[in-house]
Amino acid sequence: MTTATPTAAPEPTTTGDPSRRGSLLAAVAVAEWTKLRSVRSTMWALAITIGITVGFGSLFCLAFAARYDRLDPKERLTVDPTVLSLRGLFLSTLALGVLGVLVMSSEYASGMIRATLAAVPQRRTLLAAKAIVFGAVAMVVSMGSAFAAFGAGQAILAHKHLGTSLTDPTVRRAVFGAGTYLTIVGLLGLALGAILRRTAGAIATLVALVFIAGLLAQALPSPWNDDVSKFLPGIAGLALFSVRPDPARLTPGAALIVLLAWLAAGFASAAILIARRDA
Amino acid sequence: MLEDASSGADMIEARSLTKHYGPTVAVDGLTFQVQPGQVTGFLGPNGAGKSTTMRLMLGLDAPTAGSVTVNGRRYQDGRFPLHEVGALLDALAVHGSRRAYDHLLWLAQSNRIGRHRIDEVLQLVGLEDIARRRIGPFSLGMKQRLGIAAALLGDPEILLFDEPVTGLDPEGIVWIRTFFRSLAAEGRTVFVSSHLMSEMALTAQHLIVIGHGRLIADAAIDEILAHGSRWVRVRSPRSDDLTALLSNTGATVRASDSHLEVTGVDAAAIGELAAAHGIALHELAPQQASLEDAFFELTEGAVDYHAGAKTSDQAAQR
Repeated sequence: MTTATPTAAPEPTTTGDPSRRGSLLAAVAVAEWTKLRSVRSTMWALAITIGITVGFGSLFCLAFAARYDRLDPKERLTVDPTVLSLRGLFLSTLALGVLGVLVMSSEYASGMIRATLAAVPQRRTLLAAKAIVFGAVAMVVSMGSAFAAFGAGQAILAHKHLGTSLTDPTVRRAVFGAGTYLTIVGLLGLALGAILRRTAGAIATLVALVFIAGLLAQALPSPWNDDVSKFLPGIAGLALFSVRPDPARLTPGAALIVLLAWLAAGFASAAILIARRDA
Repeated sequence: MLEDASSGADMIEARSLTKHYGPTVAVDGLTFQVQPGQVTGFLGPNGAGKSTTMRLMLGLDAPTAGSVTVNGRRYQDGRFPLHEVGALLDALAVHGSRRAYDHLLWLAQSNRIGRHRIDEVLQLVGLEDIARRRIGPFSLGMKQRLGIAAALLGDPEILLFDEPVTGLDPEGIVWIRTFFRSLAAEGRTVFVSSHLMSEMALTAQHLIVIGHGRLIADAAIDEILAHGSRWVRVRSPRSDDLTALLSNTGATVRASDSHLEVTGVDAAAIGELAAAHGIALHELAPQQASLEDAFFELTEGAVDYHAGAKTSDQAAQR
C-alpha cells in the first residue's frame, strides 16, 4: 500500500476550492444530524424514551401513593422516592439503546453505508460524528426525561408528604446520574451497532449486557456475585441514580468511571473494526 | 486534459488489482485505465467481479493485492471526495423513510456542497416534483434517478455507475444513454458497468470486459466489432480446389488448420459453387459475430454458474 501511492501529497486539488476547506468532522456531523432527524424512527424512539421514563415513573409513584396507607412501616421506610420516580429508566434505556444501535446498523441493513463511506471515506471521523450527534441528542432527551420523571413523580408523592426535592445534593446527583446513565446506554448501543452491524444481534447483545448479565451474575456464589455484578453496566447504572448508598454497589463516582470504561471499550473496538473491515 | 493524462487526472487506474473473499477470488489481477472524455463500459457476466471492482475503486473494500487509484491517488485519501468522484452502486440502498431531498441534503452537507446543487441535480434527473416525498414508495426507476442525482451532486469529473439501467423503463433507458454520452462529451470520465452487451453497444465508446475477475478485453467498441465481422466457416476434403474457385469469384479466403474462413460471399453462394463443381462440403456455417456474439465469445468459460455444474476453473483457483 505504501508503494502504491508515490504521490504523497494527500489533497493536492482541494486547496484552491474554498468550499472544500474547513473541518471535516463539522461537515460530517451536520450531515449526520440531517440523517438522524430525517427518519421517522428517530422521533418515535425519542418520544418512546421520554414517554416511558416519565410515564412509568409516574405510574410507580401513583401506585405507591395509592397503597401507602396500607403498607407496613418497614416498607414505608425503605422506599427511595427518587429511585421510585426514575424507575421508568429500566425500560427506556432499551428504547434509547435501540435507537443508538439503529444509527449504525440501519446503514448496514439498507446498504446505505456504502454511500456514506463513499462520501466520507474517513471512517473514524464518521464514527466520531455519529457518536457526537447522537450523544448530544441522547443527552438532551435523557436529562430532559429524567428531570421530568423526577418532577412528575415527586408531585405525585407529595400528596402523601413523601416527596423529595432537588435541593438535596444527593438527589440532584441521582437525577443527573439517571440522565447520564440513559445517555451512556444509548451510546453503548451505537458502539454495538458499529461492532456487530446487525440490528438484531446488536440489540440482543445490548439487552444481555445491560439487563440480563446482572441477573446471571447474581447466580454466582457470594461474594463473587456482588464483586462481578457491580461492574456490569446495568448495576453500575443503578448505583449512579440511587440516593441511598448500597454496600454491594459501587459509589456513584466509581460507577460513572466503570460506565465510561465500558463506553471507551465499545468505541475503541468499533473504531478498530470500522477502519479495518470491508464495507 | 490530455497533458494531465500521465499524472492520472480524471483517470481511474487499476494495477494488478486483486480481491479474495476467503477462498473465493472475486477480482484477479486486473490492470486497466479508464480515460476521460468517453463512456467506458465495464462488462461481464453476473458474478464476474464488476461490483467488487467498483467497491475497490471507492475504497469500500481493501484489495488483497495490487491497487486502484482515482485521480492518481487512493480514493480514501481524498477529502470531500464527492467533488471529484460521484458513484451510484445500488439505487435501493437508501433509507425508505427519508425524503429524497433530505437524502441529497446529507450527502451535500457531508462534502460541503452548496444547497443550490440539490435543486439543480433534482431538476436534471426530473425528480423535482417528488423531492419532498419519502423514498420508500419510489419505483426502482425513480430510485435510480435519485441515485444518479446523488452521484452528480458534487459536479464530479469522474462518474461510476453500477448497472444503472436496471429497472428503468424504455424512456428512461434512452434518457440515460444520451445523458451518459453528454457527460462524457463534457470531458468527464464515465464508467458504467453492465451485464448487457446490447446496452453497452449503444452507450459506451470503450469496453473493458471481465470474466471470473480477470481482464478479457480492453478496447474501443469499434475494434471489438471489427474483430467480430461476418464470415462463413467452410470445411471440405477438397479445400484447395474450393479456395481457388472462391478466389476467382472475388471472395477472401483464409485457411485455418481444419477449415476455411470465407468473407465476401454468403453461405448460399458457396454451397451453389461447390455443388456446381461436385465438391463435397462437410461444413458450411455462416458466422455473424455481433457485439453480443463477440461478448459471448470473449466471456465464454467465464460465466460463473452454467446451468448444471460449477466451472472447474473456479475450483482450480483455490
